[in-house]
Amino acid sequence: MTFIRALLADRRSATGLGLVTLVAALALLAPWIAPADPLLQTDVLRTRFLAPFTSGPDGMMRWLGTDQLGRDILSRLLYGARISLAIGVLSALFAVAVGMAVGAGAAVFGKRTERVLMALTDAALALPRLVLLLALVALFEPSLWLVVGVLGLTGWMPIARLVRAEVKGLLARPFVDAAVVAGANRWLLLRRHLLPNALTPVLVAAALSVGNAIALEAGLAFLGLGIPAPAPSWGNMIASGRDALVHAPWIATVPGLALVVAIVAFNLIGDGARDALDPSVATRGRVPSAHRAEGGKARDERVR
Amino acid sequence: MGIGLALVWAVVTVTFVLLHLAPGDPARLWVSPGAGADELDAARRALGLDRPLLIQYVGWIADFARGDWGTSLAQNRPVTRVLLDALPHTLLLSAASLMLTYVGGIIVGLIQAVKHRSRIDTAITTVSLVAYGMPAFWLALILVLVFTYTAARNGWPQWLQFPAMGVAGLNADFLSPWQRLVDRLRHLVLPLTTLSLIGAAGTARYVRGALLDVRSLDYVRTARAKGLTPVAVELRHVLRNGLLPVVTLLGLALPALFSGTVFVEVIFAWPGIGREMVGAVGARDYPVVMASTAVFASLVVLGNLLADLLYTAVDPRLRRPAT
Repeated sequence: MTFIRALLADRRSATGLGLVTLVAALALLAPWIAPADPLLQTDVLRTRFLAPFTSGPDGMMRWLGTDQLGRDILSRLLYGARISLAIGVLSALFAVAVGMAVGAGAAVFGKRTERVLMALTDAALALPRLVLLLALVALFEPSLWLVVGVLGLTGWMPIARLVRAEVKGLLARPFVDAAVVAGANRWLLLRRHLLPNALTPVLVAAALSVGNAIALEAGLAFLGLGIPAPAPSWGNMIASGRDALVHAPWIATVPGLALVVAIVAFNLIGDGARDALDPSVATRGRVPSAHRAEGGKARDERVR
Repeated sequence: MGIGLALVWAVVTVTFVLLHLAPGDPARLWVSPGAGADELDAARRALGLDRPLLIQYVGWIADFARGDWGTSLAQNRPVTRVLLDALPHTLLLSAASLMLTYVGGIIVGLIQAVKHRSRIDTAITTVSLVAYGMPAFWLALILVLVFTYTAARNGWPQWLQFPAMGVAGLNADFLSPWQRLVDRLRHLVLPLTTLSLIGAAGTARYVRGALLDVRSLDYVRTARAKGLTPVAVELRHVLRNGLLPVVTLLGLALPALFSGTVFVEVIFAWPGIGREMVGAVGARDYPVVMASTAVFASLVVLGNLLADLLYTAVDPRLRRPAT
């Protein structure tokens, strides 16, 4: 609860949380508020390429226009939010799970394990994520779960580094000694004391990685390697608008703006949360903090 | 160096394993669609697919290390040829963008740190936040929409119109050397802007934070107190130390840069390795996919090595004492 309060006290993360809540609400309510079926194609020749704020032959208002198949862009946008958010959140959860396992394992299970696991992490971190994604997607049939899995498997590294640093810091604290004296074994220590206390910075990194994952999913979709076509993912919508860029620029512009809003919202949460959690910011510069450095790395790992 | 080679080897091996785990028979891509079982067997033998996996792996890695990277299935020419043709274009684009990203990002970040909490700082922070949130492929499309289509349709002045395709105009062969250079540069503008704008926004965010951390340290106050001019304080005391973490960022920024290059190459029909790779993925041209993965991994390793050298160059504490 104090975490949420700290987030809301910072203007950036409050804005970000507000935007994310809005997008999530729109996504959840899509079936009720969308004016049309996102896949509905009626009389294609007469309903396609309708500009925003015009109504077609059926008299229906097209707030954001229609695409080259006469599908309602507002409806597709709302349903697309479901796909983008689902992929972003699921793959971030996946990345957090793997990252916490690797990071905590490296911190707790001795020097040799640590060296192996961190070498693995650094190696994975040094690869262009998109190149890995391309190679993986090339080998299997694209689907929602493949995209989630692949994004998670290529996104856990910053979280592993963060968790390791955090847990190692906690290990030096007296309450851990107290727990050991009280007879806690390694698993109990991890579950009850170390991981819960390391969770907050992980949440920050997770927020940033949701933004990354949304951007990457759209990128894959744009290259035709994301979720297969008729599904209204934002990346698919931008891709389909590319050919009509000259005479119907709204098809690609509108979902792109939505994408920017969503990504910026998650970045705002991450930014605000990092400062809210970091005691060194209040007295700026006195203590160079591990969080800030790691957060910066996590942030800059994203795809461009 | 050893770690770098190990990394490239690991990437290549993982790719090899994945390739053989993946559903689908490469031999089927090799023969004509209606081929019978015996033809398929022959193709498998010809491609060496009937041998045990370990033997295949050893043979393949030996070829790979010797520089024999196989033949592209889609283009029917040596993979090395395909990639060597593409490499200079990728290097040009990413090196130029790396420079602009860092120069632009550092200048903007410095301005923000000096004008901390001013209106300029807030404005730039907002702009860079949004720019940093833009997916490269979308920004590229918007730039094309504005500076190619809209500019041409509304008859904007020539210097505001930029081509959106390829590295040179169709008439490049008939131009004088000077005109050809200008033509090349004009083709570079939009792809480079896409990459550098997003990159510089991210760098500026980072530089601003790093410089602000340094500016409130005691030795900076000392420098001011002993009467140094503000410019000398900012440049010699703040910038020099504040940029140290930014140099480390270089190694981490490279993977992101190459990822961005892939999109930009696809959209602007820039004939680099990223575009080759996307094409190869679409065509299931496995040798090219593998080789371009390896090339990207090697480029990143090389870049990290460079970043390490640079780091020792800018941080005197890491230099070994002269013997």
